[in-house]
Amino acid sequence: MTTRPVRFYQVGSFAVGNRLLEDGDRTVQSDLNRANSIDSGHRACQGCGEALGARYALDAAMRATNGQMVAVNATGCLEVFSTPYPETSWRIAWLHSLFGNAPAVATGVSAAMRVKGKPEVRVVAQAGDGGTVDIGFGCLSGMFERNDDVLFICYDNEGYMNTGVQRSAATPPAARTATTDAVGPEPGNAFGQGKDLPRLAMAHDIAYVATATVADLHDLEAKVERAMQFRGARYLHILVPCPLGWGSASDDTIHIARLAKETGLFPVFEAEYGKVTSVSHIRRRTPVEEYLSIQRRYAHLFGKKPRTEVIARIQAIADRNIERYGLITDETVGATREVTA
Amino acid sequence: MTETPFAITLDVGSSRANHTGSWRVERPVYVDRLPPCNNACPAGENIQGWLYEAESGNYEAAWRKLVEENPLPAIMGRICFHPCETACNRVQVDEAVGINAVERFLGDLAIENGWKLPSAGADTGKRILVVGAGPAGLSTTYHLRLLGHQVRLVDSAQKLGGMMRYGIPAYRLPRPVLDAEIARIIAMGVEVQLEHNVVNIDRERTDGGFDAVFLAVGAQLGHRVNIPAGDSTRVLDAVNFLHQVADGDAPMLGRRVVVYGGGDTALDAARTARRLGATEAVIVYRRNQEHMPANGEEFGQALGEGVTMRWLSTVNRFEGDRLILEKMRLNAEGFPEPTGEFEELDADALVLALGQNTDLSLLDQAGDVVVNNGVVEVQPSMMAGASGIFAGGDAVPADRTATVAIGHGKKAAHGIDAFVLGRTPPIVERHELATFERLNTWYYSDAERTVRPELERVRRQSNFDEVVGGLTEENALFEARRCLSCGNCFECDNCFGVCPDNAVIKLGGSKRYEFDYDFCKGCGICVKECPCGAIEMVPERI
Amino acid sequence: MLRQIEGSRAVAETVALCRPEVVCAYPISPQTHIIEAVGVMVKSGELAPCEFINVESEFAAMSVAIGASAAGARAYTATSSQGLLFMMEAVYNAAGLGLPIVMTLANRAIGAPINIWNDHSDAMAVRDAGWIQLFAETNQEAADLHVQAFRLAEELSVPVMVCMDGFILTHAVEGVDMLDQSTVDAFLPPYEPRQVLDPDSPVSIGAMVGPEAFEEVRYLAHLRQLDALDRIPVIAAAFEEATGRRSGGLLSTYRTDDAETIVVALGSVLGTIKDAVDIRREAGERIGVVGITSFRPFPFQAVRDVLCGARQVVVIEKAFSIGFGGVLATDLSLALHGTDCTLRSVVAGLGGRSITRLALEDLFATAARGQLEALTFLDLDHGVVERERERMMATRRSGPSAENILRDLKAPRRVGAKEKS
Repeated sequence: MTTRPVRFYQVGSFAVGNRLLEDGDRTVQSDLNRANSIDSGHRACQGCGEALGARYALDAAMRATNGQMVAVNATGCLEVFSTPYPETSWRIAWLHSLFGNAPAVATGVSAAMRVKGKPEVRVVAQAGDGGTVDIGFGCLSGMFERNDDVLFICYDNEGYMNTGVQRSAATPPAARTATTDAVGPEPGNAFGQGKDLPRLAMAHDIAYVATATVADLHDLEAKVERAMQFRGARYLHILVPCPLGWGSASDDTIHIARLAKETGLFPVFEAEYGKVTSVSHIRRRTPVEEYLSIQRRYAHLFGKKPRTEVIARIQAIADRNIERYGLITDETVGATREVTA
Repeated sequence: MTETPFAITLDVGSSRANHTGSWRVERPVYVDRLPPCNNACPAGENIQGWLYEAESGNYEAAWRKLVEENPLPAIMGRICFHPCETACNRVQVDEAVGINAVERFLGDLAIENGWKLPSAGADTGKRILVVGAGPAGLSTTYHLRLLGHQVRLVDSAQKLGGMMRYGIPAYRLPRPVLDAEIARIIAMGVEVQLEHNVVNIDRERTDGGFDAVFLAVGAQLGHRVNIPAGDSTRVLDAVNFLHQVADGDAPMLGRRVVVYGGGDTALDAARTARRLGATEAVIVYRRNQEHMPANGEEFGQALGEGVTMRWLSTVNRFEGDRLILEKMRLNAEGFPEPTGEFEELDADALVLALGQNTDLSLLDQAGDVVVNNGVVEVQPSMMAGASGIFAGGDAVPADRTATVAIGHGKKAAHGIDAFVLGRTPPIVERHELATFERLNTWYYSDAERTVRPELERVRRQSNFDEVVGGLTEENALFEARRCLSCGNCFECDNCFGVCPDNAVIKLGGSKRYEFDYDFCKGCGICVKECPCGAIEMVPERI
Repeated sequence: MLRQIEGSRAVAETVALCRPEVVCAYPISPQTHIIEAVGVMVKSGELAPCEFINVESEFAAMSVAIGASAAGARAYTATSSQGLLFMMEAVYNAAGLGLPIVMTLANRAIGAPINIWNDHSDAMAVRDAGWIQLFAETNQEAADLHVQAFRLAEELSVPVMVCMDGFILTHAVEGVDMLDQSTVDAFLPPYEPRQVLDPDSPVSIGAMVGPEAFEEVRYLAHLRQLDALDRIPVIAAAFEEATGRRSGGLLSTYRTDDAETIVVALGSVLGTIKDAVDIRREAGERIGVVGITSFRPFPFQAVRDVLCGARQVVVIEKAFSIGFGGVLATDLSLALHGTDCTLRSVVAGLGGRSITRLALEDLFATAARGQLEALTFLDLDHGVVERERERMMATRRSGPSAENILRDLKAPRRVGAKEKS
């Protein structure tokens, strides 16, 4: 496999498509004939990151599997807004059972495909962060340790948005939710809590673990593609901003996801068999204020008297991520993506 | 599939019955905005348009788009001061796109491949007299021929080109390039009359039966100041000096040459003097570098070639072979004031580069043409007065650059066309400017500008070989692809990709996109994530 | 072939003959021997193709079965007691999705206090979930019911739970006439799903259904269970034709023709009841027995038909609805509504307490005298209950009842001393 730099393109490799790119280097989303796994008419809020992330990921998986894919969905926003009787937005074979059992249901589907002599049919399970890090974690951990042939995708919007924005174990410190309200001496969610699912997944020594955001489509698709090259349990954690729950402008969804990565608050990396194999470096380092201040869930940090000490603690989290994953290198500035040719 | 269990199981894609577009309070619409390069180009080039073709490697298409406005790309790719690059939004990302270099690349490629300009338009039977074969005259000629009018092009010089030939040294504009691009225009069918001095424009027009006249006589007279000098042969003016050099009849200047002035002509004169053997070439300028009007790139090249500067000085008089300079200081407004202090400078010759004047004596009998401050007053159509006399280039009030002159030429051609056919000149609608704030620069990869190679300094000091080299194809492509396409969709598929509701329809095949308002919820992500600012939100009528 | 075989083993081998394609297992007593045996058969290759998945919980077990079934595989699992409750959400879900999963329920009491022995509390806890619940009287029937269960489930797209008493049946070794593969293959056609997850023919399964259609969905499920009332006897008859053995059906009767008193029960206790009835018959009492095989759907008409001639019906059941009374008795009272039949409800055998023939004889004698109360708890130690009640009245922190009672039973004298103080 040789690599060649894509350095000439007008918009580099960051935009969805580019008329100057070879077909093979274009994103799935730029394809007129993309699967549109989740179709128009769904009832997600304006600017929903999860609807976008789901289409990104599943369309990529559809391409990687040549359409031989079924999806299992946990209860949650994605399920509710996509399949209210009598209409479904899914164009793919799709199954919803319960909130906490998507990994196990997917295991069953995968086993059925194997026993039915259809191993080419690949199984993707998907859930929000609640269905992943909280109620679904038992089943997820079981699916991981058995190394069942399932790609599990968590669309992380950092809370229980479907039920009205309550805290989950993926809710970040200081964030206001309906159950961690911005009241009292320490408003918002507590520091020092929360589950880092990608690292927990890695601890299972499964073949592939990766994080991504809806802000970098090429990266996300490459990870889905990579994930599909493995058999066994795989985990993809996608940050999907929620305009409703985060109190952000509906047009800011991708912008916020990008800032989450550029601040270091959401490290984007991939790991194989428990070992980090690559990280997406920060391209334009950004202080966390820029990320926090455009979300109403953090509005209590930016009142008449800004809570600088809280902001500093959040910055420290970002800095720790930057150090832990080596998100900044000397070559970071001006770095362009390399694609395989 | 009616066999599936009731309600629990649903057929795919049925949600398309749910038209979520009804949620919308604002709708996105595609717009085209005026890119700053196009806005800044005095010649009115659609720069972004031809870069777009060049980005794909369609160089001939790019060149054809370019010469729709400007028939002299190889020339302008060398001598244009490229205000487009100053205006370029990419300056705020890293560096401006090297538009000028790509223009030259395309121009040179056209010459190399013998690409021809479009054929002249169908004959209108109208005859136009163009006086002056500099950039304005040549540009008008070209556009008039495209429009089907007959042209007689007259010039007092021996060859066509005007100041491009007689004012710009060959190391900046090699003559084969100049000749080739002029010849291409003449090949469209132009009656050329050289070494002809038009004395009375009215008579000339009547005698020749011309329907209209375009005056592009340039500013050929060097502005003289009185420098007391014992030996007047030591004082030359730069315009004549450069003209003589261009004619192959360079005057003897001696070893020590002083050039007086701060414009491009001063630089050209000093650099030419170095090439003619002057060991010292000193430019005396009454203000400082900050206030110097000359082009910065060329100033740097001049310094590199050993030209030296004497800032804040005026030439007072010659005393033998010593020049007496008075030191100046700048007042609060940046204007120089005499200090009463004097210095001496050894000099064999003094070249005056203090600006140029226009000889408009040919207009003495021309009824309603108004001449003000030595230049011809013109309307937006470039018509002077109401009688079919048009003017452009250095002879009208504007920046005196070849690019401006080319723009005048095109404008005048359309003015003349309307005049002779009895039409009103069309009003060109200009789009709103594509400002930097409207861009989402995240999507553009970081790429520094390719710098055109410069000839080794030592080599260029002693000959008139071209100083600035051209781009290789790879570099030209790279430069072209640095274009941000400000304000105009270039089909990056971002809107198509980022819509959470699949409400963008990709039409494909350069047809861009459409919104599917049945499903667009009006979230605005497409607007925010459009790299080039070609979508805007407008309130929905409710 | 008749074999002396443990009930669990008989069930496991019979299930294997049904060619399940995905078996998921999480251990809980007294179900373990079943899934262990299936596991061995899969691992050895004896049962193939089959995926045997060791899951991390019963919730996962049922969920894996749901996924497998929705993807078109014949899915099987087994559980008991707490396990059933832990998978409760998925139990409902499997029924709601109409997935023909077959599950063995090795009936066991539900804690607290934790108790591993047999009663029917677990089965009763999910009676409203939408599953068909068949109760086996013997190990022979337990084995046979599984074959019929797969056929029934797949015909109707309804999950079926085969209930067999924990330990009493699961761990009992007795003679079982084992079926052979060709007989089962002939009886049970391959699984043809009504809906299936298939990338080549995609559908969305498991949509969110609001008030506009939910009641219809539930009513349709009800109709499918009513259909089962027709299909269960048909399938039992077909089974009898294929094997020459009567097994299954909606209910079984024993000496009911002229019975004035009919005893009704579920599961293995029917055997003891029949012994007691035989003895009472010898004493001249006109008494018979009805065993309910199909608890859900509940065969109202069949029950009414068989019971309506009796004067008195005595329901003996190993479960009750606390604060209310017998569960099966409630169903029967509805079935008998409008008849002259008196219904007596007896709760017995909770948490594995033995139901002895002697106790039953006494019970029937009391019933014959017309002295049986509406609700009776067989062999209840009223002394123990009274003592604990007193303790609770005397002091707020009287300690845990279960432990107190155990202490009472082990050291009655010390209890007596305590009473004095």
